[in-house]
Amino acid sequence: MMDGMRKIERDTAASDIKIQARSVQVFYGDTHAIKDVSVDILDKTVTAFIGPSGCGKSTFLRCLNRMNDTIDIARVQGDIHIDGDDIYDPSIDPVQLRAKVGMVFQKPNPFPKSIYDNIAYGPRIHGLARTKAELDEIVERSLRRGAIWDEVKDRLHEPGTGLSGGQQQRLCIARAVATEPEVLLMDEPCSALDPIATAQVEDLIDELRRNYSVVIVTHSMQQAARVSQKTAFFHLGNLVEYRETGQIFTNPEDARTESYITGRIG
Amino acid sequence: MADVTAGTNPGPKTVSTADVVRASLARRNRKQTLLQVLGLGAISFAFLMLFILIASLVSSGYHAFTQTHITLDVFIDPEEVPLERLPRGGFDDVLEASLASVLEDTDPNDRATMRALGGLLSNGAQFRLRDRVVEDPDLVGQTIAMTVPVSDPYDQLNKGLIDRETPEQHRRLKDFEIAWFDQLMAKEAISKPLNTGLIANADSRFPELAGLKGALIGSFWALFVCFVISFPLGIGAAIYLEEFAPKNKFSDLVEVNINNLAAVPSVVFGLLALAVFIGWFGLPRSAPFVGGMTLALMTMPTIIIATRAALKAVPPSIREAALGVGASKHQVVFGHVLPLAMPGILTGTIIGLAQALGETAPLLLIGMNAFITSAPSGPFDSATALPTQIFIWADSPERGFVSRTSAAILVLLGFLITMNAISIYLRNKFERSW
Ligand SMILES: Nc1ncnc2c1ncn2[C@@H]1O[C@H](COP(=O)(O)OP(=O)(O)OP(=O)(O)O)[C@@H](O)[C@H]1O
Ligand SMILES: [Mg+2]
Repeated sequence: MMDGMRKIERDTAASDIKIQARSVQVFYGDTHAIKDVSVDILDKTVTAFIGPSGCGKSTFLRCLNRMNDTIDIARVQGDIHIDGDDIYDPSIDPVQLRAKVGMVFQKPNPFPKSIYDNIAYGPRIHGLARTKAELDEIVERSLRRGAIWDEVKDRLHEPGTGLSGGQQQRLCIARAVATEPEVLLMDEPCSALDPIATAQVEDLIDELRRNYSVVIVTHSMQQAARVSQKTAFFHLGNLVEYRETGQIFTNPEDARTESYITGRIG
Repeated sequence: MADVTAGTNPGPKTVSTADVVRASLARRNRKQTLLQVLGLGAISFAFLMLFILIASLVSSGYHAFTQTHITLDVFIDPEEVPLERLPRGGFDDVLEASLASVLEDTDPNDRATMRALGGLLSNGAQFRLRDRVVEDPDLVGQTIAMTVPVSDPYDQLNKGLIDRETPEQHRRLKDFEIAWFDQLMAKEAISKPLNTGLIANADSRFPELAGLKGALIGSFWALFVCFVISFPLGIGAAIYLEEFAPKNKFSDLVEVNINNLAAVPSVVFGLLALAVFIGWFGLPRSAPFVGGMTLALMTMPTIIIATRAALKAVPPSIREAALGVGASKHQVVFGHVLPLAMPGILTGTIIGLAQALGETAPLLLIGMNAFITSAPSGPFDSATALPTQIFIWADSPERGFVSRTSAAILVLLGFLITMNAISIYLRNKFERSW
């Protein structure tokens, strides 16, 4: 229905737009969790999703790598294109999509395997390393990028579930970057981290931006302001405002955005 | 908190939350104590019953763990056992003669006395002697020492189960027989070693020879066949139903029916096996293979239910994590979910097999209660199983089978306890937190 419009947009901004969502609706049974959201997420950019609890940030994020497929009662409508491909097209394999669109979940969820295997799992199943040495290198590089290498380098073969909550979350970040995804979806990656680890993860996000598109859900306005170039404000399932981060925080257009960032709703 | 509420609340609220809590505390603690007492009571009751069961089994069964033997110097008379007629020969006469030579007041020419003497020894004694001589024919003409079981009445006498005060006509052993036994005792020819025959012998009409070997091997084959069939099929079905099958009316129907299957009385499975496996497919009666297939019908629903529960218990976050790095559905299931569910699956399987081990009714229907005096050499030979052997022995009139029945039950319970202990061990060993 919107094919004509999309063509034009893709022609003009194909180099910049990584993810293009049009009229996305999500229902959980009868709950209408995402209401007609259209948004363009740019390549080599950090996009922050902010909004009060329960407004649908995680839900929308999970549409972008079809994680909602795993929830029986969830129904997704509308179009989402990544690099111009409709990711809900029957010809698209969600496995391939998720290798390209990595995700860090709201709650840390390491595998009950060793730290090493947690990181090595993705590269192994995708065949990214030909030799053990290559795999070792991927593991070390990923753990360094996850800002956790120094803490775990002497215990790589202990279970990942034995780490503290914050360490587990950084392990999950390292696991997500190990497969070198093109888009990284991060659902409140720093909610369990101390300020030092938070700063390290923010540095990582900044570094990832050089090559990837990063979408981060956060409850911290400061964090959104620090790491993101674009910010989207969600409220009750609607995308209320989506603009340059600087503008949204200094000069919000919508009254709801203003109330939220000044702390009156949320 | 209490002070804050009290302070900010307008109106005459003078009671603090702490006071309210204190007032109800005694009542709440009382309820908790009551619950604990009831729980302890229930457990004590269960333990008491278990103790009574085991104690009664042990008190009647411990006699069967020893067996009275007699040691004799046997002269293998070439006249009774001519070399050229082996393996035939008068082995019983040889044994009787050697007994007569030991005992006083016995006339080797009196047939009645000799027959009574023969009754002292187990019926199997002559076959043991025969086997030894056949193996080594040079023994003919020599005198060898042999230790053989005595017959059941003498075994009972030795174990104090025959009362010497009973009037002679009501006793299984006459006065002169008791006198013989006492003479043998005085000569230290009588011993009471551990009854290895209980495990090493197959079934027999004579209690002093009857053992569980056939039943143990029969049960082993039946369980083995049951496991080989029900474990892969059960796990496969559970994985398909839980992870891959579309959720609709049909899968609900399947689920209901599997739960029903688990509740079907076992005798029904026995009838089914009789009609299908033996009637239609023409498989042999009494074979552990058929028994195992029958037991598999019963164990499979248990395994399916246990496996599905174990798969369900794996937290969704683990599946999401694996899907999130791009694992395919089958990689998620076989790489993450199944290993995490394995302890639960194994526990369920062992419990299912333990049930199968104790199952009697379906095995009776397919004829695994036949009287078979040799252990099966494979799953297609006729055999009994432990529970059906108990059934047979419990039904036998000989006194000696009373204690053997209890002993066999103890053996069965021993296996069940071992299996359940293994399942608890597995559960604790692999229990994880995530
Ligand atoms: N699996 C689910 N089943 C049913 N309803 C759900 C499910 N997940 C989310 N919802 C509902 O969808 C709405 C949006 O939830 P979502 O998790 O996306 O919120 P959120 O913005 O991420 O909140 P938070 O900041 O607290 O994480 C909520 O009303 C929630 O109750
Ligand atoms: Mg969320």
